[in-house]
Amino acid sequence: MTRLLPTPSQTVGPYLSIGLPWPDGPHVVPEGTPGAFWIRGTVYDGNGDPVPDAMIETWQADPDGGFCHPDDPRGAANTEFRGFGRCPTETDGTYGILTVLPGVLPGEGGTTQARHIDVSVFARGLLHRVVTRIYFEDQDNSGDPVLATVPEERRGTLIAAKTGDGYRFDVRLQGDGETVFFRV
Amino acid sequence: MATPTEFRLPRYGEDPEGTHPPLDFSGYGSTALRHPKQDLVLLPQMLTEVTGPLLGPGRLGEHDNDLTRQHAGEPQGQRIIVTGRLLDGEGRPVRDSLVEIWQANAGGRYRHTGDRWPSPLDPNFDGVGRTLTDSDGRYTFTTIKPGAYPWKNHDNAWRPAHIHFSVFGSAFTQRLVTQMYFPDDPLFSQDPIFNSIPDEKARQRMVSRYDHDITQAEWALGFQFDIVLRGRDASVFEEEEEDED
Repeated sequence: MTRLLPTPSQTVGPYLSIGLPWPDGPHVVPEGTPGAFWIRGTVYDGNGDPVPDAMIETWQADPDGGFCHPDDPRGAANTEFRGFGRCPTETDGTYGILTVLPGVLPGEGGTTQARHIDVSVFARGLLHRVVTRIYFEDQDNSGDPVLATVPEERRGTLIAAKTGDGYRFDVRLQGDGETVFFRV
Repeated sequence: MATPTEFRLPRYGEDPEGTHPPLDFSGYGSTALRHPKQDLVLLPQMLTEVTGPLLGPGRLGEHDNDLTRQHAGEPQGQRIIVTGRLLDGEGRPVRDSLVEIWQANAGGRYRHTGDRWPSPLDPNFDGVGRTLTDSDGRYTFTTIKPGAYPWKNHDNAWRPAHIHFSVFGSAFTQRLVTQMYFPDDPLFSQDPIFNSIPDEKARQRMVSRYDHDITQAEWALGFQFDIVLRGRDASVFEEEEEDED
């Protein structure tokens, strides 16, 4: 079969907010869904200044650990769960995603993955998205095969802190407390 | 017999070196404070990475694929048709998949509060489109050829005319945002965003092709722009099959 060469990535530029946000983008689940909470945070640059022209996208399993997707070898979950959220940052660099806890998932080699959400960050000045993961501080993260590969002193950047209406997950693109970003 | 943790997942290969821009690129000033300085950590492709959002028709309005019909009047500028296929690295069409675009108007101005350079807004042009690929992976937009515009990155800096494209593919690993350019643009040579792609041939894959067969007589010029996403890595697949014997 012919292999085709891939199209390169380019930055979303400063005006992504005219093209990418949806009115219901931040709502992975509708408001009022039992167990729903907000993940809120701020995106910071290397000076510690908020980034007002970034966008956060999230992708996660449903609360039972299912994906409504044909490539899930356990069978596509029979659910309307969208699993996807997106939110541009405001002028103060903040974003918010309304969701529910994803289920635990099998990992490689008989491991179990702790509850997690995959995140893409886009922004002016990012020529390619950066990818990170959100874990939850009040969940059992021991034994997670991905966290285990992250240097211990940096693991905390991946763990969302409990707040009044959900969790806080800040993204530091560069510098002190730089978020762990992944190569996928 | 396979236990539930020994299932086989698709695996997406790495794109060839030089395909994608570095996160730290001195020619593009905004990367300076926004690129991670720590090494990226390898994320094995597991369930969350090989699946992805399947965003369907619920996202579309009636004129979302025709940016010239979103207002009562017609926008100014050169009407164009932009069409192409969304494919994976093996040439398989990515079907029923959301394609999002945004762009400047014919004068190079975005409908965004941050864009203040002295070129007029067009009351009949938002510069935002969405569509779904068909069963052949094809998308089509009717729009206006965007103008070039100045920015403050370097002395007398101008962005070549471009349309922003956002596509999802079928897995989190395939998510891609890119820019489509137009053939023979004299502004390529001074544009650090275009030139951030190390491989010259890869850079050319962001340039659309004029296609007279797509051009409609007395109506619109036609451009062809295929988007190729990461492919599945067949060799890893075979190894996994052997492991299961």
